[in-house]
Amino acid sequence: MRFFEDMQIGQWREVGSFTFTADGIKKFAGQFDPQRFHLDEAEGKKSLFGGLAASGWHVASVCMKLMVADAQRQAKEATARGEKIAIWGPSPGFRELRWIKPVLAGDTITFASEVEQLRPSSTRPEWGILHARNTGTNQRGELVFSFLASAFVPLRSSN
Amino acid sequence: MMTLTFEDFPPGHFGTFGPRRVTREEMLAFAAEFDPQPMHLDEEAASRSMLNGLSGSGWHLCSIMMRMMVDGFIGRSASLGSPGVDEVRWLAPLRPGDDLTLDIDVVEARVSRSRPETGIVTFKALVRNAAGQGLCELVSPIIVARRAGIAAEQAG
Repeated sequence: MRFFEDMQIGQWREVGSFTFTADGIKKFAGQFDPQRFHLDEAEGKKSLFGGLAASGWHVASVCMKLMVADAQRQAKEATARGEKIAIWGPSPGFRELRWIKPVLAGDTITFASEVEQLRPSSTRPEWGILHARNTGTNQRGELVFSFLASAFVPLRSSN
Repeated sequence: MMTLTFEDFPPGHFGTFGPRRVTREEMLAFAAEFDPQPMHLDEEAASRSMLNGLSGSGWHLCSIMMRMMVDGFIGRSASLGSPGVDEVRWLAPLRPGDDLTLDIDVVEARVSRSRPETGIVTFKALVRNAAGQGLCELVSPIIVARRAGIAAEQAG
């Protein structure tokens, strides 16, 4: 993964795609969000979603899954080039998460991330704070999901 | 039991739910599937991380909060879904064996302009561990049918 100094505002990266199956939607919902429109096709059809819809937390968790996989791929490539790898810190939270359109069974969502803001941490001088707009777009090109993520990113100069 | 409608969510403290124990096994299973970072999976790497020990994924904690809300009140409400989350703050790490308690406040409740048979209830949810330490705070609106809307649907 990249160091804080390697990042620039406006940097955009596609992180991967994921197809939500009916079984996957019901499994996540059964565990974390057992509302009728996430568990049953007929109930989903009757709801505002118009079909069996993935829990919003399922969509968010899949976004995280693809971002971690992408970061691990990048780290592997950097190691192969003999570069030093940045180990990112935890996230203090996020803002402005929007479930813009439902994610229905069979939909394939492509996730991307764009750097929006970079600032040094005032309390931890060896770290910077990244704000990135993470988005999900379905197979019809419609934006379905978006949030403003934040994370601690290490400074190259402190490593 | 009566279904909870928009009218049942006036601003103020709504309720406290839990406790809900989070096991090491479920923490590791969630992290393996959705957030396989060393700080969530590997004891040794976690001890060297900013969080000083094995911690649950923040997305796992949010998902558990969702489940506690569904079990606590959304499951018996006329909820129609949520458009999003205004803000989540991960305040302290989730640890294996934590017993979670969830406090729910209604921050705002207003009738929807575009769909007047529904209302928008904005909740603040704060989850704490057994020591009372806040782990995560979440502010999110939920769309809930109004009582009149339910009556019309049943009559129709």
